Amino acid sequence: MSNKEALLTIADLHASVEEKNILQGLDLEIKPGEVHAIMGPNGAGKSTMGYVLSGRDGYEVQKGTAVLDGVDILELEPEERAHAGLFLAFQYPVEIPGVSNLEFLKAAVDAQRNARGEEAISASDFLKEAKAACKQVNLPVSFLKRGVNEGFSGGEKKRNEIMQMLLLKPKLCILDETDSGLDIDALQVVAEGVNSQRAPDRSFVVVTHYQRLLDYIKPDFVHVLADGKIVKSGDASLALELEAQGYSWLQSSKEDVNA
Amino acid sequence: MTEQIDKALEREYEAGFVSDVESETFEPGLNEDIIRRISTMKGEPEWMLEARLKAFNTWLEMEEPDWALVDYAKIDFQAISYYSAPKSMKDKPKSLDEVDPELLRTYEKLGIPLVEQQMLAGVAVDAVFDSVSVVTTFREKLEEAGVIFCPISEAVHAYPELVKQYLGSVVPTKDNYYAALNAAVFTDGSFVYIPKGTRCPMELSTYFRINEQNTGQFERTLIVADEGSYVSYLEGCTAPQRDENQLHAAVVELVALDDAEIKYSTVQNWYPGDENGKGGIYNFVTKRGICHTNAKISWTQVETGSAVTWKYPSCILKGDNSIGEFYSVALTRGAQQADTGTKMIHLGKNTRSTIISKGISAGRSNNSYRGLVRMNSCADGARNFTQCDSLLIGDQCGAHTFPYVESRNPSAIVEHEATTSKVSDEQMFLCQQRGLDPEKAVSMIVNGFCKEVFKELPMEFAVEAGKLLEISLEGSVG
Ligand SMILES: Nc1ncnc2c1ncn2[C@@H]1O[C@H](COP(=O)(O)OP(=O)(O)OP(=O)(O)O)[C@@H](O)[C@H]1O
Ligand SMILES: [Mg+2]
Repeated sequence: MSNKEALLTIADLHASVEEKNILQGLDLEIKPGEVHAIMGPNGAGKSTMGYVLSGRDGYEVQKGTAVLDGVDILELEPEERAHAGLFLAFQYPVEIPGVSNLEFLKAAVDAQRNARGEEAISASDFLKEAKAACKQVNLPVSFLKRGVNEGFSGGEKKRNEIMQMLLLKPKLCILDETDSGLDIDALQVVAEGVNSQRAPDRSFVVVTHYQRLLDYIKPDFVHVLADGKIVKSGDASLALELEAQGYSWLQSSKEDVNA
Repeated sequence: MTEQIDKALEREYEAGFVSDVESETFEPGLNEDIIRRISTMKGEPEWMLEARLKAFNTWLEMEEPDWALVDYAKIDFQAISYYSAPKSMKDKPKSLDEVDPELLRTYEKLGIPLVEQQMLAGVAVDAVFDSVSVVTTFREKLEEAGVIFCPISEAVHAYPELVKQYLGSVVPTKDNYYAALNAAVFTDGSFVYIPKGTRCPMELSTYFRINEQNTGQFERTLIVADEGSYVSYLEGCTAPQRDENQLHAAVVELVALDDAEIKYSTVQNWYPGDENGKGGIYNFVTKRGICHTNAKISWTQVETGSAVTWKYPSCILKGDNSIGEFYSVALTRGAQQADTGTKMIHLGKNTRSTIISKGISAGRSNNSYRGLVRMNSCADGARNFTQCDSLLIGDQCGAHTFPYVESRNPSAIVEHEATTSKVSDEQMFLCQQRGLDPEKAVSMIVNGFCKEVFKELPMEFAVEAGKLLEISLEGSVG
């Protein structure tokens, strides 16, 4: 695995929002097929990392690079990054009233196909795929007709994010706390959704506060993100250690590094 | 993001071309002589001329209204020409072959083919060009069903009794300033009569086109649905792109007799003026319908054009159990101003009305909903439900809601809901993250917002309206 080309390489990334420096020298390398878990205290910059990588308005990059599949994506429009295979499952999915989930998803799939020079998918083929995806995340098919996240419960919104991932088949998925607010069954559904998509050419960044998710989705690496950079990396056992001890021991070691 | 969306909203006005037809146009000015000449051009009977002159004298004594939330330079009524018609229409072409091909081309370019082979199946069209009707399609087919669909100028001759009985019966001359003006100078428009118990076999549609410079268009439409009949009617409008403002002051009257139903849909796309508010149509329109017992009138409008819109399609619910509906999408951008809404006047028992208004404002535009719900003392058990939603795109535009309720009957129920929302950065980002470009994202969000209204439009036109919004929003995000 280690001699494969990296799928994503983030190097010395500095980024700010509203003139506030959030990411301060983030380094991360992800190879195809790997699952990386990212943990870290509230406000550390985990969601910011996802937004900066996907190009959200208002997030300014000061320094550094993020290369996905050989392309520095930081120069691209958000939709171009999506076309390049980047997917972000949102921590707080937003509602789009009146636009049905089905219509939205078909438009998204077609936009991505179009970017690859493929024809739009036929309505009947897409409906079949969408129904299967619904089933996989345990949402009733009627959710395809409802407005995007409109009136969905917290857990339903998260499952809807996974459904979108299943249909868009991205190369790199960033799941931002997709496990928070889920009941135990839903947690399994989400984990199974991810596991079913694991493939040698597909990678995942799983942002979570709970080691429990990692019982279902076995990560290859666990990183701690604090104060805008990775302060510690390890294997799955690091998550257990964090669960037992919290983050304070890492914060002090960080001071040592800075000294 | 706001800037991006604003840019996306700078769009081309696709209907802005001018047709090269030779026209006979009156010199600008408004006086008795002009009115006599209009009447002569139309070969009208004496009673019609008298009605016009009476309306003109009423108008002279009225004041231009200024209560709407719109701001525009005072109109010089003497600077407008009140009649313009293609010369080729002078000898009244008997068939399509005799119509000037340039006129047919104009409508084809606008997506309204009038040539037999290409006509939209199931839709009969009356094409009005400046002050005259050019052609009305499918007339024979409609006549078989007993349906009358013809230019109003023709109805004055052919069906004087119907016209005398109903013209001005819903919107009287003195109703308002523009209605009085229209009654004096109206030139063309459509007349529809659906006989008792008849379901009109096709959609009826009138397409209004202003071509000539400095002319006003004063259309007059009258639809009478006799007992137990049904008709669905659609009107569309466009005009060339010009730097001067032009006036369109229409009057539309609907009469739904007992158990009849009229569905009236408008897709209004007059030239809106440029980004800075130069040019564009002043659209000052009075539309009203009267419902007799168990009758139903449903107004659906998609308003995307005009520099200034002043328009309140209304229902007088006179008969018991009658129903009035108003579904509206009004999109303003650039420097457009719209003050639009409805009046539901409940007179009969158990009358019901529904108002769904969706206002979308972008750029520096101003969009107001103004609605009146009146429950008269005899309207026992009457009900109204009103929902007004505003969607703001960017932060320089304005949305306003003026709901007026007058209830004189304690058993009547009036419900009102209002929301204001924005196309949020989060929504845009979600769409883009999933691969949609910003233009597609805005148009999808706006279409979603309008869904409840679009589903009321006849199928063919729902698609068109969706596309129109898409074009309106094209280039809005850069
Ligand atoms: N728009 C903004 N304006 C100002 N500060 C912001 C903005 N967005 C994020 N921040 C700040 O950036 C820091 C990092 O936020 P971020 O959401 O990335 O944290 P996180 O690691 O995802 O935290 P959590 O675990 O709570 O989700 C926080 O201090 C947050 O308040
Ligand atoms: Mg977060």
